[in-house]
Amino acid sequence: MIGLIDVLGPHHVPSGLSTNIISDISQLLTYHFMVNAFAAGTIVAIGASVIGWFMVLRRQTFAGHTLAVIGFPGAAGAALLGASITLGYFATCVAGAIVIGLIPRSPSGRPRGSESALIGTLQAFALACGVLFVSLYRGFLDQLTSLLFGGFLGITNTQVVTLALVCLVAVCALAIIGRPLFFASIDPDVALARGVPVRTLSLIFMILVGLAVAEASQITGSLLVFALLVMPGAAAQRLTNSARYSLMISLASAIAMTWCALGAAYYSIYPVGFYLTTFGFALYLLALAIEWMNNTRSSRSRARLRGSGMRA
Amino acid sequence: MQPLVGISNMLLLPFMVHAFVAGGVIALASGLVGYFLVLRNQVFTGDALSHVAFTGALGALALGIDLRYGLYLGCVGVALLMGFVGRRAVVDDVVIGNVFSFVLGIGVFFLAIYATQSQASTNATAGVNVLFGSMFGLSFSQTMLDIVIGLVVIAAVMALGRPLLFSSIDPAVAEARGLPVRALGMCFLLLVGVTAGEATQAVGALLLLGLLATPAGAAQLLTSRPWLALFLSAAIALVSVWSGLVLSYAFPNLPVSFSILALVTVIYCVSWGVALFVTPRHRRPEF
Repeated sequence: MIGLIDVLGPHHVPSGLSTNIISDISQLLTYHFMVNAFAAGTIVAIGASVIGWFMVLRRQTFAGHTLAVIGFPGAAGAALLGASITLGYFATCVAGAIVIGLIPRSPSGRPRGSESALIGTLQAFALACGVLFVSLYRGFLDQLTSLLFGGFLGITNTQVVTLALVCLVAVCALAIIGRPLFFASIDPDVALARGVPVRTLSLIFMILVGLAVAEASQITGSLLVFALLVMPGAAAQRLTNSARYSLMISLASAIAMTWCALGAAYYSIYPVGFYLTTFGFALYLLALAIEWMNNTRSSRSRARLRGSGMRA
Repeated sequence: MQPLVGISNMLLLPFMVHAFVAGGVIALASGLVGYFLVLRNQVFTGDALSHVAFTGALGALALGIDLRYGLYLGCVGVALLMGFVGRRAVVDDVVIGNVFSFVLGIGVFFLAIYATQSQASTNATAGVNVLFGSMFGLSFSQTMLDIVIGLVVIAAVMALGRPLLFSSIDPAVAEARGLPVRALGMCFLLLVGVTAGEATQAVGALLLLGLLATPAGAAQLLTSRPWLALFLSAAIALVSVWSGLVLSYAFPNLPVSFSILALVTVIYCVSWGVALFVTPRHRRPEF
């Protein structure tokens, strides 16, 4: 794994956390690669949390996982061919998204044994191809761990610009189709009857998922995309039933998570992927706990109301 | 180059012999157990195990003990846990995904700890080996242990085969006939955990499903007769592992786990073709 020392040289090792938060943050931002990491992380968090929120709503998180696994050989293959890794992610994730979007969704939720064997085969084969490309590329250890588990070192200016442009396009597209997509996600049958083009919408949305997965993979790595894509949205939807508020909570928590994770990874030896999943999971547990408390309180107050009603 | 001379040269290398023997036993065990996994619609358990195998093995390494302790302990523990939880509730996709990612995240944490510890002393390729297997790196004692564990799994599957098949295909009738369906299920999950631990050493934690589910999926496409499919699944796994080893020996650029996975995927695709075009319509398995 590439450590900070390799990037900064032995004389610029971060001086460690002090009690002064302002100076700590300004120390973080003196390095260009950290500024790029924060910019890229923020952009990715915005796109991933908004699109991920719809994924959770539409119960398509598993498709997101599959796309991320497909992205891994794409990125490794691009590195092998000498093309940009970013391009590899986008090309394979979007191509995979189109294929998945064209396959009709099974009406019953749970796949049968043979079907899950097929999905398992596809995923294992994609990962195996990624391993092959990485090992042919020779940068075996460093490349492999950063492709699978993410990293924030060495994000270039062009990468930041590309991420920003793609994120802008994806979020704008989502803003345009957002209202009918929400309708189609909540009640597809009624939406279809009302003339909403449900199939076209779900194909477009799947392409947006592909873009979001490709973006998130570049920070979290292929195996940990859930951290930015699903955890914020899942937590937010536990907290409130209001679509607007939970979308905003999802967005805010994803950005906060990313900033904290990048800061923590900078000041410690542990990788950013670990911090992202840990913060995301903590957030999710917190949301579950709050939901549980709300439920018990409301059921208790309901019981009290019922009791008083009987007395009267 | 003469093929016979090449093969005899290959078998003179001790690490190749270890890989062939251990790989063969692991393949047979995975093929047999994997068939029941697919039949019982528990492929998902295999997916869970591949995450736990990674984190368990690296956790053991971070603690400074043999990675196989963490590997087997994690796999068997989680397999049994899934047995207890699995029946009670249909767990949400999102919950599962979040837990899996968190488990992987912890694994990455252990990997970082281990990598910083071992920078000076041992090599840091252990993480990669856990993820993608290390067939060519087996020592004699590891090979012996793999063989013993693998043979125990194979014997147990053969012994449990008949009642397990019955209870997998029709649990209600099996229970009415007095079979201990629940106990059988738990025994089976124990076997799955042990097999996952073994297969992780062959193809790695990430590619576990390829060795557990793919041969079984292919066998199910080829025949609908359960016993035949069971042995076919084991045979497909064995052929893929052995030819994968030969392929990687002949082309050192190819990682072993890739060769194995590529061959098993090719067999799976061919099985689809056979099921679609060769098998007569009335005997075709359901898709």
